[in-house]
Amino acid sequence: MMHYFSHTEEDIAAMLAAVGVRQTADLFADIPPDCRRKNPMQLPRPLSELELNRRMDHLAASMAAEPDCNSFLGAGRYDHFIPHTIPFLLGRGEFHTAYTPYQPEVSQGTLQAIYEYQTLTARLLGLAVSNASLYDGASALAEALLMAVRVTKKKRIALSKLIHPHYRQVVATYLSPTDLEIITLDYTPNGRTDLSSMEGVTDLAAVAVQSPNFLGCIEPLQSFADAAHRQGALFITAFTEAMAYGLLKSPGSQGADIACGEGQSFGIPMTYGGPGLGMLACKNEYVRSLPGRLVGETRDLEGRRGYVLTLATREQHIRREKATSNICTNSGLCALAAAMFMASAGKKGLRELASLNHDKALYLQANLAQKGLTLPYSAPFFNEFVVGFPDDFSRRYEKLLRKKIIAGLPLEDFFPEMTGQYLLTVTETKTREQMDVFVKEVCP
Amino acid sequence: MNTAEGSTGLKFNEPLLWERGRPGRMGLSVPSRDVAAAPLAADLTGPGPDFPELSEVDVVRHYSRLSQWNYCIDTHMVPLGSCTMKYNPKTHERQAGLTGFCAAHPLLPASLSQGLLQILAELESFLAEITGMNAVSLQPAAGAQGELCGMLIFHAYHRAAGRQRSKIIVPDTAHGTNPASAALCNYQAVKVESGENGILLPEAVAQIMDEDTAGIMLTNPNTLGLFEEHVRAIADIVHAKGGLVYGDGANMNALMGVVDMAASGLDVLHLNLHKTFATPHGGGGPGAGPVCVKKHLERFLPVPRIVKKGKAFHLREDYPDSIGRMHAFYGNVGVMLKAYSYIVSMGADNLKKVSELAVLNANYLKERLKETLDLPYDRPCMHECVFTDKQQRAHKVTTLDMVKRLMDYGFHPPTIYFPLVVNGAIMIEPTETESKETLDRLIAAFQSIAAEAEQNPELLQTAPHHSRVRRLDETSAARKPCLAG
Amino acid sequence: MKELHELNLPEDVRYSQDHEWARRENGRMRIGIDDYAQDQLGEIVYVELPRTGEVFSKGAEFGTVESVKAVSELFMPVGGKVTAVNTALADSPELVNQSPYGEGWMLEVEVTDPADYDSLMTKADYLKQLKAEA
Repeated sequence: MMHYFSHTEEDIAAMLAAVGVRQTADLFADIPPDCRRKNPMQLPRPLSELELNRRMDHLAASMAAEPDCNSFLGAGRYDHFIPHTIPFLLGRGEFHTAYTPYQPEVSQGTLQAIYEYQTLTARLLGLAVSNASLYDGASALAEALLMAVRVTKKKRIALSKLIHPHYRQVVATYLSPTDLEIITLDYTPNGRTDLSSMEGVTDLAAVAVQSPNFLGCIEPLQSFADAAHRQGALFITAFTEAMAYGLLKSPGSQGADIACGEGQSFGIPMTYGGPGLGMLACKNEYVRSLPGRLVGETRDLEGRRGYVLTLATREQHIRREKATSNICTNSGLCALAAAMFMASAGKKGLRELASLNHDKALYLQANLAQKGLTLPYSAPFFNEFVVGFPDDFSRRYEKLLRKKIIAGLPLEDFFPEMTGQYLLTVTETKTREQMDVFVKEVCP
Repeated sequence: MNTAEGSTGLKFNEPLLWERGRPGRMGLSVPSRDVAAAPLAADLTGPGPDFPELSEVDVVRHYSRLSQWNYCIDTHMVPLGSCTMKYNPKTHERQAGLTGFCAAHPLLPASLSQGLLQILAELESFLAEITGMNAVSLQPAAGAQGELCGMLIFHAYHRAAGRQRSKIIVPDTAHGTNPASAALCNYQAVKVESGENGILLPEAVAQIMDEDTAGIMLTNPNTLGLFEEHVRAIADIVHAKGGLVYGDGANMNALMGVVDMAASGLDVLHLNLHKTFATPHGGGGPGAGPVCVKKHLERFLPVPRIVKKGKAFHLREDYPDSIGRMHAFYGNVGVMLKAYSYIVSMGADNLKKVSELAVLNANYLKERLKETLDLPYDRPCMHECVFTDKQQRAHKVTTLDMVKRLMDYGFHPPTIYFPLVVNGAIMIEPTETESKETLDRLIAAFQSIAAEAEQNPELLQTAPHHSRVRRLDETSAARKPCLAG
Repeated sequence: MKELHELNLPEDVRYSQDHEWARRENGRMRIGIDDYAQDQLGEIVYVELPRTGEVFSKGAEFGTVESVKAVSELFMPVGGKVTAVNTALADSPELVNQSPYGEGWMLEVEVTDPADYDSLMTKADYLKQLKAEA
């Protein structure tokens, strides 16, 4: 008997008798023959737990991962340190195996934790309100754009070309059935967004840029916000690296109306790209247009402080086809991980971590520049930067892969004009020694 | 009221993070600095977020205490209808937590990520086999995103066929996400009412299906827990007018090994790995909502797709008819690893047994409870059954009152006031992992509550009585929202 | 919920099929939802209203009213141009529950066609409709 079942033969017999049928197959009598399977399912024979462990150990061993891999990949997923308190606390069944907190009296743990997540996220991004999270940074951007369209009732959106290409693809997918028009903003030679192509554009619902952008460069948000507002559009800032806001000015303080992006950097393992954490925050005046769950504070019958899901009338189960989004759930456990991370780091710890990211990346960049590699973009960066390798570097790149050294991300795959340019990422987990070894390997 | 922390036995208080914190504390060990400080330009540098400062002990105690205010599967039965709150095997956490998987970067070259690619490819083939469909994309991050993916495929299909359509048929028993997902694709939802016995009739669909209708969205078994026995005839009607049939597979737990979803006429079907395939709900995500299609729609699936060339697996993007990308990378891989572990641990016979026991449990509850609670559709059910508060309303006791009282008996409430077609609905899905003793305790609890409704309605109207907080004022929360501290 | 005989249905307003009321006041028309509607909705938490100057025809949707778990559209009982909006409802939506015909009013409009008002139901007609619906 499979160990996840509890039914004994006697139980089954007694239950069948109570229902008034002879065998379990009789329970499916309503299913017509034309819907039935002709043959049993063909699946591998079941594995015991020990066999499963061995199989998964074997498959996991084929993956390139620290410590025997020296990777400088980032571009949307970041190898940050995760204190063990986080997986330990997240593993508590009370969080892990709970349902969405529709019944507040028996879900106060999840509800208070999400309320705290919303608060810390709003503080991180310098805005009044955060939702309870969305699937990932890419869908958060798509939702933010649809939100701006609802708020402004306009039909055009301007997207920086330096928003992560995958995010732009997700936006294109979400918008493909609509009549909304996307205007792409080119980039300047120093690696920042060039707003000139949106000048004079009417009916603009939103201007969206990413900072730090896909090339790692920090965008001048305040001047962009002013430009967007002059054209009557909302200003949306996206991010793939939440850690940057331990050091940079917050999007809200720079005039952003909506900030959205990926929170994976905060206590969530990369796991080949998912699950992630879609963060979304906005100014107070747009709260009724926000998609996703919201937790609010209230009181119980006896005056005790407590938390509930609120403003549910925005959502699909009530407003159905007129809902702000079709989203049901959030990325609850990932939001919890991020809250634990933000609480563990605190104001001072986040600053130290962010500074380490920046300083180490700067160290590697300086050392590569010293070896004569080019630095195509001059704008300041956080923990990612682009270098130009010599023309024949791609062969060396492949050779290094065999040594499990990954010399960043070839940008030509995303921007054909960026031949020989690679995006390198350095987090606090990289040691000076690893970087020195890397410099020797790429510049022998 | 005693407000001191930790002083009221197990119903202790716990402040908010920022009430607990003290400036100068830190809850993690920052990696050592081995490079010189190099300040960023002052005009770009901010003051840093105003986060509270806590020690590691503070953090551990805070979250350990909060966790104890939750009901969850590991501590309680959670009979939420249409949510499939089954037991989540612990070995899944070990497998998904292996360093090779959780430290894998999504942009690793294929040569350095064969293990995961193989798992994902196998999982796709398992889901195709279980449903009878031909091709699968694991990318959608949740059921609702899977549904949106399905609607985008409808949209792409009709565009490729040369004429876009404007409407979609959605039965009155549908999940609220169905019309919301259709609306994102500019389809206007047209409601069709189910017949008197809770089953959708082909005639009703034939009356409204036309050549301006993109297709129909069906949930099978439907949200009354009944198998849509005319699904094949309905599919034929929709197909004859050039439409497509979408299946919301949220309730697949009833059908494994019994029903061939492709043969039943579906063109697109989404699954919820966090329901049928035992991955944890996490207090509201992350889940995963793979989409399964028939052969003729495979070219529209999201990219990238996993392909095998020789012995090696690759990710391929060049599918010109694809609806595009739905996720920054490939979806919720961590969740997929758990579903994969589940399927290879169970095998075909046990998965079929899952559906048999899930349906047996629901029918047992239905038979044993129908004297206590009103049962609007008294016929064999699948994995869930729907009762109402009709018999208790005479005592001014509602569904809400009864399920709040259920908390005092140590059960998470079932789904309530859904489906909308049933007034005062109480929708119970026990799942296969609840034992007969637990079901008997739930039945006894409802019997006792029904007796209380007659003798002492106030006890129910003011329930729960033993939880950390009593009923909460949701009206004030919505009138004057306080969404951050 | 209230029984029909418990409803407060004043004689000085006219009623629409959709449970809005209209009352002549100083040459303008005041509009709100009636006691039946507010009772059905339960505790109202939010009212979304148009801006002054907007013009609506009779029967057009002019806003929404929300309780904790429901949203209802609001429809114009008479056509016209909005000359005033009850801004007090933004902070105190409960006024609609407490005083649907008084402090809980929603719009004041300049009527396009006076005949719109005459086509609305009197208290007696409205009660008949409610009885038929029940």
